[in-house]
Amino acid sequence: MTQAPVHSRPLPTTAERSVGKPIDRVDGRAKTTGAARYSAEYPYPDIAHAALVHAAVSRGRITGIDDAAASAVPGVLAVITHLNAPAMKPPPPVSLMNLSTLASGTTVNYLNTDEVHWDGQPVAVVVAETLEAAQQAASLVGVTYDELPAAFDFAAEEKNAKPQKSDLVQSGGARKGDAEAALAAAPVSVDLRYTTPPHNHNALEPHATTAAWDGDRLTVHEGTQNISWMRDNLALKFGVPAGNVRVISPYVGGAFGGKTMIWAGTILTVLAARVTGRPVRLMLTREGVYRTVGGRTPSTQRVALGAERDGRLTALIHTSVTRLGRVGGGPEQVTSQSRHLYDAENILVQQNLVKLDLLSNTVMRAPGESIGTFALETAVDELAYELGLDPIELRMRNEPERNPIDGKRFAHRMLREAYARGAERFGWADRTPEPGSMRDGRWLVGMGVASAYHPSWQFAANVTVRLSADGTVVVRCGFHEMGMGGATAQAQIAADALGVPFEAVRVEYGDSTLPTGPGAGGSGQTASVAASLLSACDKLKRSVLALARRSRESPLRGQRLSGVEARDGGLYRADRSGSGSGSGSGSGSGETYTAILTRAGRNSVEAKVGSDTRVGAIAGQVRFMSKLMLDRRRWVKAASGAQFCEVRVDPDTGEVRVSRWVGVFDVGTVINAKTTAGQLRGGIVMGIGMALSEETLVDPRNGRIMNPSLAEYHVPVHADVPPIDVSCLDEPDPTMPLGLIGVGEVSITGAAAAIANAVHHATGRRVRDLPITLDRLL
Amino acid sequence: MGRQPVVEVRMRVNGVMESLDLEPRVSLLDALRERLGLTGTKKGCNQGACGACTVLVDGERINSCLALAVQYDGREITTIEGLGDGERAHPLQSAFVRNDGFQCGYCTSGQICSAIGMLAEHGAGAPSAATEHLSADTIELSDAEIRERMSGNLCRCGAYNGIVGAIREVAAAVPGEIGRDVMEAAR
Amino acid sequence: MKAFSYVSAADVPAALRAISTEPNAKFIGGGTNLVDLMREEIERPDTIIDITRLPLSGIEELPGGGVRIGAMVRNSHLAADRLIRMRYPMLSQAVLTGASAQLRNMATVGGNLLQRTRCLYFYDGAAACNKREPGRGCDAIGGFTRNHAILGASGACVATHPSDMCVALAALDATVVAESVRGVRRIPMTEFHLLPGGTPDVETALAPDELITAVELPEIPVAATSAYRKVRDRASYAFALVSVAAALETSDGAVSAVRLALGGVAAKPWRAHLAEQVLLGAPATEESFQRAAAAELAPAVAQSQNAFKIELARRTIVATLRRLLTDGSAA
Repeated sequence: MTQAPVHSRPLPTTAERSVGKPIDRVDGRAKTTGAARYSAEYPYPDIAHAALVHAAVSRGRITGIDDAAASAVPGVLAVITHLNAPAMKPPPPVSLMNLSTLASGTTVNYLNTDEVHWDGQPVAVVVAETLEAAQQAASLVGVTYDELPAAFDFAAEEKNAKPQKSDLVQSGGARKGDAEAALAAAPVSVDLRYTTPPHNHNALEPHATTAAWDGDRLTVHEGTQNISWMRDNLALKFGVPAGNVRVISPYVGGAFGGKTMIWAGTILTVLAARVTGRPVRLMLTREGVYRTVGGRTPSTQRVALGAERDGRLTALIHTSVTRLGRVGGGPEQVTSQSRHLYDAENILVQQNLVKLDLLSNTVMRAPGESIGTFALETAVDELAYELGLDPIELRMRNEPERNPIDGKRFAHRMLREAYARGAERFGWADRTPEPGSMRDGRWLVGMGVASAYHPSWQFAANVTVRLSADGTVVVRCGFHEMGMGGATAQAQIAADALGVPFEAVRVEYGDSTLPTGPGAGGSGQTASVAASLLSACDKLKRSVLALARRSRESPLRGQRLSGVEARDGGLYRADRSGSGSGSGSGSGSGETYTAILTRAGRNSVEAKVGSDTRVGAIAGQVRFMSKLMLDRRRWVKAASGAQFCEVRVDPDTGEVRVSRWVGVFDVGTVINAKTTAGQLRGGIVMGIGMALSEETLVDPRNGRIMNPSLAEYHVPVHADVPPIDVSCLDEPDPTMPLGLIGVGEVSITGAAAAIANAVHHATGRRVRDLPITLDRLL
Repeated sequence: MGRQPVVEVRMRVNGVMESLDLEPRVSLLDALRERLGLTGTKKGCNQGACGACTVLVDGERINSCLALAVQYDGREITTIEGLGDGERAHPLQSAFVRNDGFQCGYCTSGQICSAIGMLAEHGAGAPSAATEHLSADTIELSDAEIRERMSGNLCRCGAYNGIVGAIREVAAAVPGEIGRDVMEAAR
Repeated sequence: MKAFSYVSAADVPAALRAISTEPNAKFIGGGTNLVDLMREEIERPDTIIDITRLPLSGIEELPGGGVRIGAMVRNSHLAADRLIRMRYPMLSQAVLTGASAQLRNMATVGGNLLQRTRCLYFYDGAAACNKREPGRGCDAIGGFTRNHAILGASGACVATHPSDMCVALAALDATVVAESVRGVRRIPMTEFHLLPGGTPDVETALAPDELITAVELPEIPVAATSAYRKVRDRASYAFALVSVAAALETSDGAVSAVRLALGGVAAKPWRAHLAEQVLLGAPATEESFQRAAAAELAPAVAQSQNAFKIELARRTIVATLRRLLTDGSAA
């Protein structure tokens, strides 16, 4: 046998490692027994229930409110409208010094104005002793309006779009060379228009808030993706110190971006609790979610590709139009992947925006890339057919060494490997390229591929780690668990970093009284927490070693941290002299944490990364931002992958069924093989919905969402989803903590394109407008 | 508009006789969650379009959001909290954990209750829209059958593969047994 | 949902008495549609009369060879019934493609007959709808009409009937048995649901005080070779864009018996009499199937967004008949 490999940083032996293993979720029992408590499920003895009244005009002023019938419903405690609501601070202007200012879903100061800015804006909140009375009374509130002219038809208004300006966070456009000229001169080219409709997140848990005031102290139970933003934002809005607001959010029933910002329901529940002096609960109706929580913008996209006859790209143009609400919302980086995926000589990307009198758009799983990859990756497939080249081969011929748009280095790039492994697992070689050439009985069979791409992000995270004399560890960080398996992953990381069993680690999260965590977004949470957690564990080990070094009896006397490894519940000399090759607790090369702490008379040792004092928080934010900016100047970092799918199309009816899926992803180091696979599959499932059935219907005549329902907005059901084979290359990204890249979003990217390409292969039809419903194939 | 008459509703919930004074408009779901504190059963859409509220009534799965509690007077209700045997989880509950048949957990109670009802239906020979031969005496519980029969339970996290895996595993281990205990308890 | 009072009826006479004496009362069966509509404030009864305890849950053979299905038989039990599966497979299949298993465990046969449309504008209290508020207008016209009618619509209403079960019942010459204090009435299935005309709020031939007690199916040998094909926007748990209930029997290469009905295309389950006339006695060929479909769909008129349904209906009719011809089923 060869020698054990030497690690640059102390890692436990493989047998002991938790990282990488398919460990069951730590919250599995709670979630499968009904014990997990979501935000509408906290009992308060005197709880009152709220219901919202929504405007049914897109723009106007309220001229009258008739609340007589509503107030007369037995059990009604209050009908709160702009006529009687106490003043709240308006949403603050956005400031990069206080990121919680980004958190307002809209700029509307609800119930503090008679203005209506979108169809669905809450114009009253009713509070009652029972849920039934509140909802009945809400239906009885009469509101009259002076309607004002409004613009809400995206298709009609997109011609008024303006180029998006670049800022610190996002670039609205970029160019290299003269792409239009190169396109005109290219021997082979495609110039295509794609559209995607609005989407809604449809987390199974509707947004729910339980709010209780005690004097000027506020407790809020709410499933959110950003606890600290919510705390700070509510504190500002209601004029109390942030320390007076506690946000509790241990379980979030799905979010996908929809619980990142703060929407009307949250604010109005807190307001209702203040007005009535009672704890108040509001769970939005499903319709209420559609009417008050933003969704994904629709898009119109142009992708034009010019190539030499050998497939080498000479021109890549990707432009987009998306919408914002006039009262909020942000641009989507629709052209993001088009700056990184192909080594074209000339590139032009530009995003354009149009503001409409609709509810603000908001982030939804892979904002930008999910719909951007649909257009780009379908266009690449179309070009492959123009060229008579295999679509994977075309991609490989244009796989860049450096970032195409600016020549930066890739931190890590393994698309070639992903395609190679995917092609093998999928059996791509068996595909005959001619459209309509493959059949299975009466079904037309099609196979398609597309690239997945999502930039990796990292945010600031404060973490404390406490090691007790009994060898157990508590990790504390106010991060979020919407199903990603964050607590499980961080427990694995802490277990390895400290050399303790996975079971010895408990992770506390989802509470604003904990050290401030990162928001759950940009697929950045796991890496962000891991970076701070690893530093905290290093600090902790340093403290423990310091205790040991002082003792004459310790075998670690005089050791430096670099010469010590954490394993077997303690610290041991890394050279393992005197202990053979196995794990050698009690062998004289080191000792257990219990031994060290007990001898030192300590119950526990704690280490901390980051500060939650006001000054500390600002300093930490500035430090983190500058490091981030420096890092981004140096590297292009991303998760990527190759999506392979097989569809069956009914030749009579045009029904499309996804029958097989292989996804191979480069997400750096895999922390938990089980939860990672689950997350990646979940993104693909949402991608299947985006490709085939999902669309929020906004009536172009009045701006009203007409299918605010899970019956009429078609998310995939069990029968729509085949077995999904996902695998990861599992190669660490050298620039990321533990080499890990986030996995939350990359797998929805490329999914819709893979399906569109497979549908073309099955039928010969190119569908450039999502969703690919059967009528487009008749 | 006077105060509404309240009706007394008696149900056995997870083996315990409960007596509730309810307005007739209170749904079984709200009665469980708001009156009995059994919040394991979830409200996802309140319109019969997601399955998060699935419970077992006399062993059969239904959507409790569209059920008026008063209509279930005298019936036997089993919710997620009533599965398993005290400290020991029901085999499906452990199989869901092993197979990672959930992420956020919000649809999970409904999926598990639905799966128990589904396995009992299958055990009783009921066909589904995926059943090729309606005249067949036994229907193999293929993945396609499981998927069709479970399609009334949405999972937006997309844990469908894990859910099907968990059900397949339990169905294979104890064919025809799952759900029988609930059905028998109901009798 | 407004408050209401609740009465549970122990037997049919009690139910009939209650409905004839209580003002603004409604029967409730499984509640899967009614409770939803009450929550949406579309249905606003003052009293609901629970009929789930009525002894109407049997499926029995009739002396003449047909089958009688009690109105309180739940959808799941109807679909699983051996007699139905063997003699009327299209009915079993139709029920199984409707809603979800949970809903089928709740929904009753009688309630399924009275399902109301899924038109987006009917469901939205802010929209104009002649069905909800006669005379207010129809916002569906010119709006999202993917799920709307291509046959039998009017300027007042373009909604469709959402039931799958009813499509099979229409094809099978079923009879709806209704009772009131005035006596028993038998309504042919094809006359039970009404086209909208100028009164889209009147959806069925049932009087407000009548109770559906049963559905009767005649003996139809051809129904043993029958199938229900539902086309929709996802693989399961969605309403039909178009559905076809078909039964086909051939003799010496010619169609000797046929039943055909369409769903998702009109305010009522659409019995395709025109197509049946073309088919009967014609050679059992693709060409005949095409001619039959064309004949039935000749009067079809598209709304702004559903022209595809005319083509889809044509193709689904032909495909379903073709598969019945070759396989004896449409699976």
